[in-house]
Parts: sequence; C-alpha cells; structure tokens
Amino acid sequence: MPKPINRLFVANRGEIALRVIRTAKKLGIESVVGVSDADVTSRPTAEADDVVLLGAAPSSQSYLNVEKVVAAAKESGADAVHPGYGFLSENVNFARAVADAGMVFVGPDPAALEAMGDKLKARAVAIEAGLPVVPGDEATTAEEAAKVAETTGYPLLIKAVAGGGGRGMKRVDKPEQLKAQIGLAMSEAEAAFGDPRIYLERFIEKGRHVEVQVLGDGTRAIHLGTRDCSIQRRFQKLVEEAPAPNIPDKKHRAIENAAAKLAEHLSYRSAGTVEFLVDGRTFDFYFLEMNARIQVEHPVTEEVTGVDIIEQQLIIADGAPLGYQQRDIEIRGAAIEVRINAEDPESDFRPSPGHVTRAAWPAGEGVRVDSHIRSGDSVPATYDSLIAKLIVRGETRDEAIERLSAALESLRVEGIKTTAPLHARIMADPRFKTGGVDTRFFEGLADG
Amino acid sequence: MAEDLPLSPEDVEEIVSILSKSDYETLDIATARFRLQVARDSKGWTQEWRPAGGEAGPASGPARVNTETPDDGLLVITAPLPGTFYRAPQPGAPPFVEVGSKVNPDTVVAIIETMKLMNPVHAGVDGEIAEIIPENAGPIEAHSILMKVKPA
Repeated sequence: MPKPINRLFVANRGEIALRVIRTAKKLGIESVVGVSDADVTSRPTAEADDVVLLGAAPSSQSYLNVEKVVAAAKESGADAVHPGYGFLSENVNFARAVADAGMVFVGPDPAALEAMGDKLKARAVAIEAGLPVVPGDEATTAEEAAKVAETTGYPLLIKAVAGGGGRGMKRVDKPEQLKAQIGLAMSEAEAAFGDPRIYLERFIEKGRHVEVQVLGDGTRAIHLGTRDCSIQRRFQKLVEEAPAPNIPDKKHRAIENAAAKLAEHLSYRSAGTVEFLVDGRTFDFYFLEMNARIQVEHPVTEEVTGVDIIEQQLIIADGAPLGYQQRDIEIRGAAIEVRINAEDPESDFRPSPGHVTRAAWPAGEGVRVDSHIRSGDSVPATYDSLIAKLIVRGETRDEAIERLSAALESLRVEGIKTTAPLHARIMADPRFKTGGVDTRFFEGLADG
Repeated sequence: MAEDLPLSPEDVEEIVSILSKSDYETLDIATARFRLQVARDSKGWTQEWRPAGGEAGPASGPARVNTETPDDGLLVITAPLPGTFYRAPQPGAPPFVEVGSKVNPDTVVAIIETMKLMNPVHAGVDGEIAEIIPENAGPIEAHSILMKVKPA
C-alpha cells in the first residue's frame, strides 16, 4: 500500500512524542520533533530523525503556539503533523492551519473536532445518534442554572462547555451553593478555555467511567473495546484498564456498539474515544463526551487487541479505508496502566520536578513502559507531571494485577518523588482486586 | 533514516525473555542514540535508559566525576573508558592491589567492565598505591581518577 506520508512532524513532547516517533520508525516514516528550550536534550530528540526548536519553555511560546508549530512543521519539510494529546490536539484553528499549510493533520476533520470540542454540541449530536445522555442542560445565568437543577437534582456537576479531560468541573451539593459556584465556574472557564459557557449535569453517585476506543475512516467506524478509568483523583485518571471489568455481556456490547454508532453518525475519521458514565448497580450508561484525539491510556487497548492505534491513525490519515472489520477485533486477556507522575503522594501530590539521578523501570513478561525519562534526565517544572506509563498485560485480570504489583516493586526512580507507591497501594486494595470500582474509589483508599 | 537499532517495548520484553533463560544478570547496549541496561535483582527485571555518550550512572552524579590532577605530588591512574570498576580478577579473588602495593607501568591494578568486555587497567607509572577511590563494582566514567600513586 502506498504511503503518501513520508515525513511526520510530531507536535508534542514527552512520552507521547516518543510513542509517535516509534510507530513512525516502524512504518519507515521520517520523524521530526518540535521542542521547546526545556526539551532540547529530551529523549524524543535522540530518537527522531530531526529536531526543530519551537521556542522558549512556556507552552504559550512553544507547544501551544499555533503559528510557531505550523511554521516549524512546514519548514522541516513535513507532509503531516501528529498533535499527540493535550496541547493543540483538539484545537480547531490548529487543525485548519495545518491543512491550509498543505500538510495532513493526523486526527479527525476540523468539523468533528469542533462538534466534539463543544461539550453541549457533542451532547446534542449524541442524542441525535440515539445515545442516552446524563440529564442536564446549559445555563447562562444563576436563575437558568436553578431551573436546570430542577431536572438534574443534587448533587450536580457544573462543567465548562469548552472544557474536557476532567478539567473545569465543579460539584455542587446544595441549592444554596449554586449561585456562587456558577459565577466562579464561568470566570474559571473563561480563564482556562477562553469561553465562559457552562452546563449542568446530574451527578451520578455510583458512577463508573467507562470509555470506548473507536477508529473511523470517514465511512465506517469500529470499536476496539472498552476501558475503565474510574480510579481518578480530582477528575484526573490514575489507573486505566481494558476491558472494563465486571459488566454483564449484554450491557457491555451495548456500550461498545453505541460508541461505534456515534462515530459512524459523525462520519468520524481517525482514532477517538467515546466516554460514558455507567451506573455501578444497573449498568445503565450515559454519553458524557467524545475525545477526538489519541488518549494517554490508549496502550491498554493496544495490549488486549494487538492493534497499533497510532499506526491506524497514520494509515487513515493517508486516506486509506479501515483495515479491520469489527469481527476482526478480538479482546484477549486484560491490561492495566498506571500513570507514574512526578508528584509526592505523601505531600498531597505536590509536583516533584527535578533531576532524575536514576530511572530503573520495570521489565519482563507482559510489561510495557512508555516513558521519555532516562537516568540523568530532568523533569521540567513547566509541563504536566506524567513521566511514565507502566502498562502490564495478563491472560486474566488477576495475572495482570499480580504482574503489575511485582513490576512496581522493582521500579526505582531516584532524585524526584513519584506516585509509584500510591499505585502499589491501589493494586493491593481488595476493592480493586474485585474490580468494577466506581469513581468514589480514590476517597476510600486506605492510608499506608 | 536511522540505521541503528530502535528498541521498542516489545524488544525489551524479548530481551528479558532471552536473558531469564540464561545465567546473565545484566545486558548493556550502547548505540549512537541511547544506552540501555537490562538487569535483574532480587525484585525482578528493570530497564534503565541513558542518553548516548556516557552520562552519569546510577548512584553517581556529575559532581562525583573528578578528572583534575591533584597538586599533592601524587600521580593518578584514570579510567580509560566508562563502565564498572572491579578491584579483583573475579568475585572472591584477592584484589589486584591494595593501598601500599608497589606498581610499575605494566601492573594491572583493576578491571573495567564495559558491555561484557573486561578491560584491564594498567598502572602506567612506577610507585606505591596511596589511595583507591571508587567502590568495588561501582560505575565509573571515562577519565575519572581511579587511584593515586606515590611516585617511586
């Protein structure tokens, strides 16, 4: 099959930049990585074929700067740009600018990015596609909010329309708190996303965060099974696993099919993830949002399906049709990923940037480490704290947990603090071992 | 395009699979782009990556590299290449030299193991060993001072 993409510009940093470069190498595609001053000696620069300096360390002057990234990509002779996750990956202006500069954006079309980026629009599209959504609606004033709250009840969540990825969410437990929280939410949304719009949703107590990986080529869409990401702290995922455990078959298939249905309804191209809230008791499910990009936790899906999702993104970006039929996708075994962050779990997760004198990551059967951090590297204070993803697969979920616990025992990172000890406690938690925990898990985690 | 060996997580898994069936405890790989040590200890296997070109090893940071010739009248024996410093020909055997041992230019004073190759370190000078600096079986960088010698 001809591969029109010859030279890929990686518009990201850290482990995902490395991840994209690795698949590009596998496919014989040249890679160029754009870096800020702070990442000039980072591992992606050693593995890419070329390196381009974007600008100073602050993201606004480098990774988040549309003009600089597009210019750097163009000048490097790239014919395609992979945006990774975060940064500009769901920025419609960026996707359009890349296309206008004559390069292929490895991701969905700007229209899909726009539709799914606006969380209200996404809800409307999901309803159109026949998916159930969490009861809720938009509110532009405190009075409107109070009206919506009559439908949602309390507790409720205030979410930013332009938000996503767990950011910009506030929980409101009592009607008296609503007015103040609405005002706060709107100004925070403006500051964080440049859009003050908010909407309200019923807060489902025993909710499980179950998401479905989808792949589409613009005509057909398939799913690659579920992931459970219920273990979160302040709406940020800590642990993810595939497939979602302990869901009755019929409901499980229904969730997967709903996701594929939405992707086809959108004529979705590239990889995406449809997020659902699943009631832990009834297994009723509700559409939450769709992430129109590759996600941090994509490796667990790769481990149980054998599909290289980045490779599929590149193939689809070439204009090729999906290489898989739904019946070709088989979920085998289980995989769990833990996010190793440069944070001190003993000090309220205070960030712990600095010089890593030693990084001995686990290795062995079923063990995969996606990390850009080597012994001697520095973790800059400027970016997010993710330094490694430890992904373990097993023939059964129990085997995966056992292997992951052993892997965490042999992990040694010196010079900075990491969340590895926290993950060891999670693996030992009997509720986790049983499986099917909901988003209240983290609060109930035993100390020490 | 890169002509060297890009190593994926699958490759690392395979390396461990091969090593576990052997008696080897460590595998060191160095290419133009990276260094990787796959090693086993009581807790299990680990993979430790480093930038290419001999950066600081595990327990030592750049601060411990001492390449300055001291001005205390002593001669120095330096490491010709980076690796692991051994004081004896094999584990359990008596060390090549102790403080006070007399050496001449051809005396082997230590071994530096690099990528499974044992490289003897010769004294290169006449005199008496005054000080032995690195720990046995510790990592050392190229050109770092291994021993100080009181000239004959």
